[in-house]
Amino acid sequence: MNRPLLAPRRPGSPGTRRRRHTGTLLGLVAWLCGIGFFLPVAWMVLTSFHSETDAATNPPSLGAGLSLHGYREFFGAGSGISPWPPLINSLTASVASTLLVLLLAVPAAYALAIKPVRKWSDVLFFFLSTKMLPLVAGLLPVYLVAQNTGMLDSIWLLVLLYTSMNLPIAVWMMRSFLAEVPVEMLEAASIDGAGLTTTLTRIVAPVAMPGIAATALISFIFSWNELLFARVLTGIVAGTSPVFLTGLVTSQGLFLAKVCAAATVISLPVIAAGFAAQDKLVQGLSLGAVK
Amino acid sequence: MPIRTTEPAPAAEVAAVDRGGDPAARARRTERARNWARRAPLLPALVFLVIVTQLPFVATVVISFTRWNALAPENRGFAAFDNYRAVFTDPAMRASVGTTVLLTVTVVLVSLLLGLGLALLLDRGFRGRGIVRTLLITPFLVVPVASALLWKHALYNASYGLLNGSLTWIWRLFGSDDPPQPDWMTDSPLAAVEVSLIWQWTPFMMLILLAGLQSRATDAIEAARMDGASAFDIFRYLTLPHLRRYLELAALLGTVYVVQNFDAVFTITSGGLGTANLPYTIYQTFYQAHDYGRASAQGVVVVLCSLLVATFALRTVSSLLREEVTR
Repeated sequence: MNRPLLAPRRPGSPGTRRRRHTGTLLGLVAWLCGIGFFLPVAWMVLTSFHSETDAATNPPSLGAGLSLHGYREFFGAGSGISPWPPLINSLTASVASTLLVLLLAVPAAYALAIKPVRKWSDVLFFFLSTKMLPLVAGLLPVYLVAQNTGMLDSIWLLVLLYTSMNLPIAVWMMRSFLAEVPVEMLEAASIDGAGLTTTLTRIVAPVAMPGIAATALISFIFSWNELLFARVLTGIVAGTSPVFLTGLVTSQGLFLAKVCAAATVISLPVIAAGFAAQDKLVQGLSLGAVK
Repeated sequence: MPIRTTEPAPAAEVAAVDRGGDPAARARRTERARNWARRAPLLPALVFLVIVTQLPFVATVVISFTRWNALAPENRGFAAFDNYRAVFTDPAMRASVGTTVLLTVTVVLVSLLLGLGLALLLDRGFRGRGIVRTLLITPFLVVPVASALLWKHALYNASYGLLNGSLTWIWRLFGSDDPPQPDWMTDSPLAAVEVSLIWQWTPFMMLILLAGLQSRATDAIEAARMDGASAFDIFRYLTLPHLRRYLELAALLGTVYVVQNFDAVFTITSGGLGTANLPYTIYQTFYQAHDYGRASAQGVVVVLCSLLVATFALRTVSSLLREEVTR
């Protein structure tokens, strides 16, 4: 969106020219900031394509030849441990909990946004307040229960916990997306004699679908990123990618190219998803309060 | 939240309706049925959350009053406030409270200011704005553990990290073979954690503030400019008041997440050299010292502190919500 903030009042006047120069300069500053913030990520990717010796040089070896050594090591071709079980665990936990989140959040958000129950804002705030409490405070009882029921080191325990972690945000997001369905449309539908199913599939779903997608995406990202629960509650069998990533360094010493390759591969799904849904991401992360 | 079963009541009412057909009772019955139909979709989510988040916390409160160390299972019993006394007299715990506050305030404030600057830059049109925006949000999208590892090993490392590597390179440009090679993580461990978190959270602040800037009414700004207001006046009297809520929201949401940070502290310094924050301290008490009673007491204290922040956060969100409702 190019808003003409620099709309010229009198074209060609010295003031306008000066303002145009300032505009170019500020654009340049913005570019420099963008590159500066991106630089560590670029460095991570570049290092991941270096050989271990080229990765660990001082000064940095920018011109060194590219190598897939780090990636081969990460995927377990050399002496490395295979990353596939953790990657699959992460995928299972994130996808399953995201599905469960949607299953619970969509009806709840429907009750809160379209057919508001009484005291709906209180209910909404209850959801939010659970998100504000530090997760670490409930970790011990969960650990003890899991230990006694044999759920320790099981991916399904993580699925339950990730669902509870993401459900409050999902309800908030979904509510704000569903609130965008115009009331007039719903009334018109009910006058025309549309039943609940028709209303949901024909009117609510089309408006809410991008919102549901964004909610799913954010839920997926948070589950994929989670470390504390996964580290405490899983072990050999159900360890997720972040746990695997922390283990790469401590167990085998440091192989910089390999660690960078691992970090790149594990971050890639989140980065791709985030790029695809930049705008919805903002709305979701601010709990629907920012449009 | 008490969940009552209403089975007996409607049954009795159905009987009453069948006997005589009291219209008031029928109206009440349909009203109640409609209320339940409205509430029903909400219940699974509510029940799930209560079971998975509230019950464990209640258990935490109970355990916090017991003497319970997994390494000494026979010595277990009621401890009254001993754990809390230990928490409040423990210098390490007090230090971690200080660290948490310092870490959170620094990260949130700096990333908020940087985010504001970047949002203002991005709010104006320039060539390649979409690309710059995408570049800027990338740090937020890197998996937190990955970004912590990246900072620790690829950037901060004293012998081959990018920071010292760049210093060597710059010094060589000027013909010197003796560049300064500070050990960033040992010299200023907390700052090292903070910088990585600021890098990660600035994009989040920027995104929210940018959305705030773009929801500004342009006509007031146009009018002010017509009247000859300077750019600074427009920022001071129009933009900033409009942004206030968004600044509050960004700060509070950032606080909620940064207070709970575990990944960066765990990965970059392992809580060493005065960087242990509350989540990390609890993790240690529970996972390494196996002192369940004390870890729970710490957890309860953290929750009480978080409630303070949360109250403000909820109030801000609620004011935004009211605005939405009255619109």
